[in-house]
Amino acid sequence: MTWVAILGAGVGCYLLKLAGVSLPARVLDHPVVERVADLIPVALLAALVAVQVFADGTRLTLDARALGLAAAVVALLLRAPFLVVVFVAALAAALARIVFPGS
Amino acid sequence: MTDPADPADRRSVIRDSLGVGIATGLYGVSFGAVSVAGGLSVLQTCALSLVMFTGASQFAFVGVVAAGGAPVSGALTALMLGTRNTLYGLKLAPLLGFRGWRRPAAAQVVIDESTAMSVTRESQALARAGFVATGLSVFVLWNLFTLVGAVAGNLIGDPRTYGLDAAVGGAFLALLWPRLSDPRNRMIAVCGAAVALGAVPVTAAGVPVLVAGGVALLAGVLTRSASDPTELPGR
Repeated sequence: MTWVAILGAGVGCYLLKLAGVSLPARVLDHPVVERVADLIPVALLAALVAVQVFADGTRLTLDARALGLAAAVVALLLRAPFLVVVFVAALAAALARIVFPGS
Repeated sequence: MTDPADPADRRSVIRDSLGVGIATGLYGVSFGAVSVAGGLSVLQTCALSLVMFTGASQFAFVGVVAAGGAPVSGALTALMLGTRNTLYGLKLAPLLGFRGWRRPAAAQVVIDESTAMSVTRESQALARAGFVATGLSVFVLWNLFTLVGAVAGNLIGDPRTYGLDAAVGGAFLALLWPRLSDPRNRMIAVCGAAVALGAVPVTAAGVPVLVAGGVALLAGVLTRSASDPTELPGR
């Protein structure tokens, strides 16, 4: 099941790219298409941040991951590169778990 | 090449592109480690980087599956995030002017970075140089470092000890961050996050993110029917 999803979504993502370079440019001209395509990544990424940090299965939780996210915000405000942001988030959560075991 | 480019310009474009390629490729390590921590095998992790090859979608797939969501929810989230590459392709196609076998080959490396490094160029030759150098270097290094991260992630034991579960949230935030300079995007981001969290207790894992995607779809369509006079604050 996981393999089917991986390959299906993988091939699907390729076809989305191929459609872009193959379709006539006027497809882009529609304002609704452009706006929706701009908004979807924003909403999805924000939702993914929220769920990754504050959810555990179907429960809302507050644990070490929130501290990791706060550290990531600080890193981003300091204009740290991607890898540093990810590392800092992990480090903060790991340290929080040493200080507060079980968090 | 349909137009000549100054060799110095070309070298400078390629040098910048390789820099972006190396920086982006390196964070394949974080994807590899997060993916095996989320329960995928090394082979599945590498297949995602090779076939899907678009970072945000890959992180999304892994994030949903790791949270206990159905693989189908992960796949749908990945596909929704992948739609932005279609838009990139539409913008790039006339600029790059690839024909024949080059077009389907180029399609696989239509991603955030290769688009950013080519859409701003003044000539087709420079646009192609930026696209190819960025696309290929990211592709090779992203896949290589995914393998490194996946193998390393498999060796280190419980990923929570190293805060790897928190790294995923940080990664998504870093991907989202550049888009938050726009006030409308900030509002959509807050709505998306709120809707997703609201859906967490009442839906299966993975579904809340899809619900947020639906909100974005609705917002995009509705702000049109509201038309220009009532454009959102700050446009």
